[in-house]
Amino acid sequence: MREDHHDQPHAPDHPMTEFEWRVDAVQALLIEKGVITADEVRRAVEEMDARTPAQGARVVARAWVDPAFKARLLADAKATIAEIGITVGFDATIVAVENTEKVHHAVVCTLCSCYPRGLLGYPPDWYKSLNYRSRAVVEPRSVLSEFGLELRSDVEVRVLDSTADMRYLVIPVRPAGTEGMSEEELADLVTRDSMIGVAQARTPALR
Amino acid sequence: MSARFKAGDRVRVRVGSPPGHFRTPAYVQDKIGAVERFHGDYRNPESLAYGGDGLPRRPLYLVRFPQSQLWPKYTGPARDQLLMDIFEHWLEPA
Amino acid sequence: MTRVHDRGGWPGSGPIDKSEHDLSWWEKRTDAIASLLMSPEKRVMRVDELRRAIEDMEPARYEQSRYYAKWLHAIETIMAEKGVLTREEIDRKVRELSARR
Repeated sequence: MREDHHDQPHAPDHPMTEFEWRVDAVQALLIEKGVITADEVRRAVEEMDARTPAQGARVVARAWVDPAFKARLLADAKATIAEIGITVGFDATIVAVENTEKVHHAVVCTLCSCYPRGLLGYPPDWYKSLNYRSRAVVEPRSVLSEFGLELRSDVEVRVLDSTADMRYLVIPVRPAGTEGMSEEELADLVTRDSMIGVAQARTPALR
Repeated sequence: MSARFKAGDRVRVRVGSPPGHFRTPAYVQDKIGAVERFHGDYRNPESLAYGGDGLPRRPLYLVRFPQSQLWPKYTGPARDQLLMDIFEHWLEPA
Repeated sequence: MTRVHDRGGWPGSGPIDKSEHDLSWWEKRTDAIASLLMSPEKRVMRVDELRRAIEDMEPARYEQSRYYAKWLHAIETIMAEKGVLTREEIDRKVRELSARR
């Protein structure tokens, strides 16, 4: 076994915390016992780093321009996402839901922090926070308002609490004034938060 | 397993806090909702959480609840909904 | 009685802190180790076991712990249950590694 299994240098002037030592120790022991390899850990980090909201944005932009793709996405998200060369990993079933002028979806996981990480990458800190998990289900409009999203009272707010193996991906409303934009330009308007449902997609004027 | 409920059926969430792991939050227990869709059969997390195989797979549903029924003090419009995935063994007809 | 992880509608919850931090290498590594242990190729652990070990944390510790500290705790718990690692081994390894620096 290599003496130093780290692939990234320790910051020299950063004293290691107890937590860091323990991660090191657990990894070293799991390697010694042949459960995992250092290379597998490095690759797993790289694979996760490669999953970003930009992937989700490509999916949404395609759904905006291609109604047949959107219909397939809503029926079977995982297979449809694979059509454009994105694999979402093993751990969950992605389910896409569509926001419209009349219905707005927002996603939370009150029991832990389930998130479509196979597509969008690591969840943001606030998504994992106790306050978001507590409040998103009981006062969603206040929560959305804290994110700067005020919804009219004739819009039906649908909060999805992900308690099982479904990982919900929100397809935000395509902003007005985007006719004729390319799929790539449209993808730039699709933010992570709009795919969680705490924001709308950006409007071109605000780019 | 064949699914007992279909989209549109009214269901009540069972009340329970069995020792161990389960995925039915307290705030929907004893509440009445409607089946929005049937997801298919999935391994049972109550068994998986203790190293079991989660079999037999259990029917899993997306269930919709009017927010005003979940929270007596809900201040939003009556049309607002909460949707949650719930296993069949936590549901009964309502 | 509602358990500590069952947060929906938890009373007294305050404003949402929207500040974000880039995950440190240590956090990413904890995530990666858990993912590997849960991967279909290895399946040494299930995500349901990870969740259960986190839910069983002492409530005050659950509320105070950082996200990946909970994950690490769960990895240690489940690996100990399965006889893969013991806490003593981990403690010993921590001492060994830190003495080397």
